[in-house]
Amino acid sequence: MSTALNPDEHLDGSGNRISPALRTEALEQLLTERGLVDPNVMDKFIATYETAVGPLNGAKVVAKAWTDPEYKARLLAEGTAAIKELGFAGPQGEHIVVVENTDSVHNVVVCTLCSCYPWPVLGLPPAWYKDPAYRARVVREPRKVLSEMGCEVGDDVEIIVRDSSAEVRWLVLPQQPAGTEGLSEEELIPLITRDALVGVAHISAP
Amino acid sequence: MDSVADLGGATGWGTVEPPTPQDKDAVFHEAWEGRAFALTLLTMGRVSGQNLDAFRYALGRLDSKSYFDDTYYGRWLNASELMLVESGIIAPGAVDARARKNAGESVEEPGVPEENKPDYSATAAGSLRQVEEAPRFAVGDTVTTVADVESDANKLPAYVRGRTGVVEAVQPAHVFPETHARFLGEKPQHVYSVRFTSTELYGDDAEKFELTIEIFDDYLEEKA
Repeated sequence: MSTALNPDEHLDGSGNRISPALRTEALEQLLTERGLVDPNVMDKFIATYETAVGPLNGAKVVAKAWTDPEYKARLLAEGTAAIKELGFAGPQGEHIVVVENTDSVHNVVVCTLCSCYPWPVLGLPPAWYKDPAYRARVVREPRKVLSEMGCEVGDDVEIIVRDSSAEVRWLVLPQQPAGTEGLSEEELIPLITRDALVGVAHISAP
Repeated sequence: MDSVADLGGATGWGTVEPPTPQDKDAVFHEAWEGRAFALTLLTMGRVSGQNLDAFRYALGRLDSKSYFDDTYYGRWLNASELMLVESGIIAPGAVDARARKNAGESVEEPGVPEENKPDYSATAAGSLRQVEEAPRFAVGDTVTTVADVESDANKLPAYVRGRTGVVEAVQPAHVFPETHARFLGEKPQHVYSVRFTSTELYGDDAEKFELTIEIFDDYLEEKA
């Protein structure tokens, strides 16, 4: 079972590497013409992750936690169940643990072995999360990497990196920006960005 | 044996791609990426009879061009192709041949091979399982990871091998990817979130921080 693909594969008649776009089209043809894959089902999967399942879900979870202390307590104690209360569950969300960023602790999430990410609350991962540079470096020099990404973390704040090497999925509960305490959930949701829920950004007041 | 995917702590990668603001960021930047994503989900779930750990294992066995140069969803496509070839669903070279034919080359396409799907069905949905035995370790226990792993399907990144940390949480038990990925059984076991200091991982000159990672029971040494 350990036969890796031959690195000389994927060359065309002139010796140029065939683009993954052309090979994707070819594989889809090979499977659909034998009835093994239904292009309509593929369309549904794509639409689901382009529209229905994305970081807006995570923003709703955070806004509720900021405005409802009892919900926040449940979220930090039993993340998966508290997230399900809002209707969010599914692949890559079997066991979600929520960790809180505070004045003294800054959590940041990575998957060094692949790109494991909490799909039900954040959708599919952005380019930077999948970047080999992020995967390699954030577990070695996180303060420097965060600074390069525009997220300054004070020297008095402890950084905890969370490497998702199994099926536990991590979601960061960011700090609520000062001055937004009186806002409603609906007013808070647009302020809450994807990158803050992974721990590479802070959230600013409007 | 280390896989091409084991990047944690590696040097020489340069700066991180700067984040695109979320409202300007597309989930799929080109149409084929969405097709490759959907093909992967469908083939690993329904066509090749395989599983999520087998998909990750396939990713880790790609050559460096297929892993890095074809970009993220190209990597998914390549892993799907590997699983489909190993399961005898498509012939080696079939995808390249079709792509070249579509591009106007005169190429003979290989026939459909004899199916060779693994004899496999999961004992339950997902990756979490109940384990009767009590966990060997509790929150606060000091633990040490094994220094060596033999399988190329291992899930113990090189940068945390042979290191000592403290159990932060006992997580739900999981199927063991090392055996599950190769259809050698689920071998469910306890999983611990273990906290390490950066100096334990990289030495006294390391940037100061702490790191938590999930460690499967098989990768922890006996209690001291």
